Amino acid sequence: MQFSNSAELAKAIRLKSLEMVYNAKASHIGGALSMADILAVMYFDILNINPSDPLQPTRDRFLLSKGHACTGLYAALGLKGFFPVDDLNTYAQDGSIFLSHTSHYIPGVEISAGSLGHALSVSTGLALAAKRKKKEWKTYCLISDGELNEGSNWEAILFSPQHQLDNLILIIDYNKIQSFGKVENVIQLEPLKDKLVAFNWDVFEVDGHSHEELRNVFANCNNSTIKKPKAVIAHTTKGKGVSFMENKLLWHYKSPDKDQFEQAKSEILSIC
Amino acid sequence: MRTAFIHQLIEEAKTNDKIFLLVGDLGFSVVEPFAEQFPERFLNVGIAEQNMVGIAAGLAMEGYCVYVYSIGNFPTLRCIEQIRYDVCYHNLNVKIVAVGGGYAYAALGPSHHATEEVGMLRTIPNIVICTPGDPAEAKAITTFSARYSGPCYIRIGKAGEPTVHTKQTFLEPGDILPVIESTADIAVFSSGAMLKYSFDFISENNVNSSLYSFPFVKPLRKAQLISLFKKYKRVITIEEHQLNGGFGSVILEELNNFSETEEIIKTVKVRRIGIPNKFFSIAGSQEYLRKAASIELKKEFFTQENRN
Repeated sequence: MQFSNSAELAKAIRLKSLEMVYNAKASHIGGALSMADILAVMYFDILNINPSDPLQPTRDRFLLSKGHACTGLYAALGLKGFFPVDDLNTYAQDGSIFLSHTSHYIPGVEISAGSLGHALSVSTGLALAAKRKKKEWKTYCLISDGELNEGSNWEAILFSPQHQLDNLILIIDYNKIQSFGKVENVIQLEPLKDKLVAFNWDVFEVDGHSHEELRNVFANCNNSTIKKPKAVIAHTTKGKGVSFMENKLLWHYKSPDKDQFEQAKSEILSIC
Repeated sequence: MRTAFIHQLIEEAKTNDKIFLLVGDLGFSVVEPFAEQFPERFLNVGIAEQNMVGIAAGLAMEGYCVYVYSIGNFPTLRCIEQIRYDVCYHNLNVKIVAVGGGYAYAALGPSHHATEEVGMLRTIPNIVICTPGDPAEAKAITTFSARYSGPCYIRIGKAGEPTVHTKQTFLEPGDILPVIESTADIAVFSSGAMLKYSFDFISENNVNSSLYSFPFVKPLRKAQLISLFKKYKRVITIEEHQLNGGFGSVILEELNNFSETEEIIKTVKVRRIGIPNKFFSIAGSQEYLRKAASIELKKEFFTQENRN
């Protein structure tokens, strides 16, 4: 499927994710919508990838840690041509490889994720391998805000600057709502930027729905000569693009009914 | 065993540039020769086992054969989900190496008693569980693991254990090694570092029993195991691990499977020796802790009267 810009891809990712969740009566649409713009910019503008050769050795590695938001990633990969987009119609159906958490059996998915706090350590290993083998490709790891509760992430956050893994780009989908409450009420992350700076990361903050800001920040990450791992704090809105889903914890769990699906669809279609 | 492992790993690394060693801030006076010879394939990742196993998975995804080295529970229980999900589910070429199996670090207390990890790890698909019994087996297991592509757990003791095997051996997955072959209808199946103790007990007490060493808990060579069940009426399993889910449980499960499929049609009695699901919060040597946990052979186990 051809797209002329990342905004078109973002819209298509949102629509496809919504459709998958609706058809399967599945959960986690809120977190898929919050990262849709990040995915669109990554897959349209940033990642060096080849849908017809998903394991090309020179590719950039993109690891989604918040595996529950898999519909967004599956949509991006299907729309980019890693597999026929119609395969997504089997999402969460009996016998489908399209599980409700990311599966590495799907072309283009680097790692299965579902248990939180895993993919950043693996990304760190990939970045270390690239350093040791003197490879140019980058490793991107997209995590949720809530999973920064996991100690394993902080182990990786401590480790990466020690080894100057400047080829590692951590993206935090900071939508401020986690599984059972607001981030600030469960485990306050603020001051998040200061924390990461104190851990010796090169830290950027962006509006995670502004494609221009996202493009610029990833360009800055890639052009940087600072020998530190990069962290992009992307301020986002859970459920972004569907008014009645925005900033609502409920949409971490709920699947839209027919009326809600139609309304959500028309709202997404009306996004410029 | 620790020394045999690192020496053999260095030998393998000389001809296999994929071998990478991660340590969790442990390995003083053990791993330095590896680090000096292969600095580009060595890293101390710090005291962070979850991260260490995640990093190992990432390195393995890029083609490395990654050894993760630490003590007992730390590279196993502390990060068991990373082992299950990152390593085993993705079927990556990562070898988890725990020194201090069983009560090897007896006096350090239950934090350092590795007495449950085999039972937990063996339920995970894709992983091979290796429990070498002496330095010769540790060497053979290291060679096997370096050439095998996939997850392995290697439980080794400490330094200085005597060698039981008189000749160097090579191991394929599941191999069972005869150590003493007698004409009696009873055999001891020894798991891991119980080998030397079992060998000495049988030799010094003139007990008429065969002895087999099991360098693997998973898989076990089916045909070989069936032939042993056909040969003996009584089997004693011995392990430095909780009885629940450990090596003895494996033997019972296999025996039951063979009975179900009628590959074994006679009765084989199995006596299991291991830890009776207790913690031992007492100081002492490894031998002292083994005895406290009733990990010991007794002459009466082998007498005729016990046959029925």
